[in-house]
Amino acid sequence: MSIWIGKDTRLVVQGITGRDGSFHTRQTMEAGTNVVAGVTPGKGGQLFDGKVPVFNTVAEAVQATGANCSVIYVPPAAAAGAMQEASDGGIPLVVCVTEGVPVLDMTTVMPYLAERGTRLIGPNCPGLITPGEAKVGIIPASICKPGRVGLVSRSGTLTYEVVHHLTASGFGQSTCVGIGGDPIVGTNFIDVLRAFQDDPKTEAIVMIGEIGGTAEQEAAEFVLSYLRKPVVGFVAGQTAPKGRRMGHAGAIISGSSGTADEKFAAFESAGIGIMRRPVDVVELLKARLK
Amino acid sequence: MNLHEYQARALLKAAGVPVPDGDVAATPSEAEAIARRVGGTVVVKAQVHAGGRGKAGGVKLARGPAEARECASQILGMTIKGLVVNKVLVVPAADIATESYVGLILDRKTQKPVFMVSDAGGIDIEEVAAKTPEKITRLPIDPRYGLLPHQALQLALALYKDWSQAKAAMQILRQLYGVFMANGCTLAEINPLVTTPEGKVLALDAKMTIDDNELDRRPDLAVLRDESSEEQSEVTARRANLTFIKLDGNVGCVVNGAGLAMATMDLVKYYGGEPANFLDIGGSSNPEKVVSALKIITADPNVKVILFNIFGGITRTDDVANGIVAATKQFKVDVPIVIRLTGTNEQEAFRILESVGMTAMNDMDAAVSKAVKLAGEAA
Repeated sequence: MSIWIGKDTRLVVQGITGRDGSFHTRQTMEAGTNVVAGVTPGKGGQLFDGKVPVFNTVAEAVQATGANCSVIYVPPAAAAGAMQEASDGGIPLVVCVTEGVPVLDMTTVMPYLAERGTRLIGPNCPGLITPGEAKVGIIPASICKPGRVGLVSRSGTLTYEVVHHLTASGFGQSTCVGIGGDPIVGTNFIDVLRAFQDDPKTEAIVMIGEIGGTAEQEAAEFVLSYLRKPVVGFVAGQTAPKGRRMGHAGAIISGSSGTADEKFAAFESAGIGIMRRPVDVVELLKARLK
Repeated sequence: MNLHEYQARALLKAAGVPVPDGDVAATPSEAEAIARRVGGTVVVKAQVHAGGRGKAGGVKLARGPAEARECASQILGMTIKGLVVNKVLVVPAADIATESYVGLILDRKTQKPVFMVSDAGGIDIEEVAAKTPEKITRLPIDPRYGLLPHQALQLALALYKDWSQAKAAMQILRQLYGVFMANGCTLAEINPLVTTPEGKVLALDAKMTIDDNELDRRPDLAVLRDESSEEQSEVTARRANLTFIKLDGNVGCVVNGAGLAMATMDLVKYYGGEPANFLDIGGSSNPEKVVSALKIITADPNVKVILFNIFGGITRTDDVANGIVAATKQFKVDVPIVIRLTGTNEQEAFRILESVGMTAMNDMDAAVSKAVKLAGEAA
């Protein structure tokens, strides 16, 4: 068990013939994921690497292969359209890895997806992985192992750093979810926390936040009211200067909400174990998981 | 990307928003000419991406063209919060009856553009927001339908009781919304929106931020970037496709990924050091990027040690190792380099570094604490 992806995942890759799409599709297949189709307009009828059928549209891919999850590697200007196409094609879970999607595009994509009941993860995210079962996105399978810790993060490589410590110390993962660092993302901390609470396989949760916005504070309130499983957390950007964009569009301190100190304080008052360093995750979990 | 006041003003003016007469000047004689054309008393305003311009002496009142020339020569070239002033805006001094605030921001929580308006505008609006938030009317707008007439009316009536002023404000709100959407803004504000003693409504000052992600598809907006008003090392970094922000410490950091880069800076501080910069080399790791990164960091005389922290996923650690070797062959690096590499192709990376007599580590904490120690010894 795990959340959202697993053995039943039938993945369609939008942008499968592009540079990033083809590279990550191969890694995804090596990790054991069932990649059933690819989509590149104009290249319908081809076979990717001699085995994955390529279609012109998501709707065709769904009809022919029963795909139930999509991952998007198209360029930023085409990403909004790709998300809407996947949703219209009946895909219930869409993961957008593409970085640099104009944020105004997301203001119209979100209601479009909501009307069709589609869950979006990202954009600008590393995706998710259920170790040993399925990987959708770019989290390296080699650093993960199956287990009982659920992880949710706004970052990419910082997630890998924490997963690396977990795996090295014997804590496997149920599912790791990278929700992305943009100001508007489809799935937030609370969505993932609720899914982990409801997942019998997940026994403890690690939450990795960043400066900017108030998503971590809202997540902390939710932990207090809803979660019955131990949670530990980290916030990156304690030393970031005010008002500067640090790579992720989301990591901007605006007004009084969004500093690392405020977020850590919210974690503390919700009983979340405080990671001052990524490596602290190990001792905190040892104390909480007997 | 932040726009200068004169750029934001031009976008508003093009959309029909009433703004005072006047123009931007790069020399004292241009300022003089503008003052002569508009006539009367003028305000000479520094165009720089920093708040508190007035308090820093960057906004001056000038009675006539000769004084405008004098004020411009004082303001042009001055430094406000580390940024050099290269342009001034010269506008007629307006008689002000009331000051309001009108802003639009892209809100994460509602995932929509949100209007914020207040009849308590002016320079103290941040204090108003903090102390008396009830004086600010907030209204999310569904971008599928745009600003609806009754919404514009509701906002306008929060600003003005006078019907003709409320009607003028409705028009300005619609125009501001149009500018926001048409230019990929994440923030657009008019502060203050004033009324004159004759009852006219006028946008006196404006701020706009454009989403950097728009610039690739909007070359017309990309040209508005004023590189002369930015930290030069940050301009060089952007041209090399690196995200770099200069800070005041002495531990130079080269990291892949924004989150890990921030966590690395935090760890430098945790072990008692101060980061000299934020630098994200991004996902794909061609060795050229590493060379550019090292050039930018070594140009900072404060840097006493350089710390690499690379977690190989998509980034191949052997590419980074090759970049480090290539850079040290191209130019002399006078400060010690501490390298932490783990992940994709790490054994090959270690071999490449060892072949030129360099060593690397596996553990983030060990590498950061070593870098901080070396920086302390050199300082």
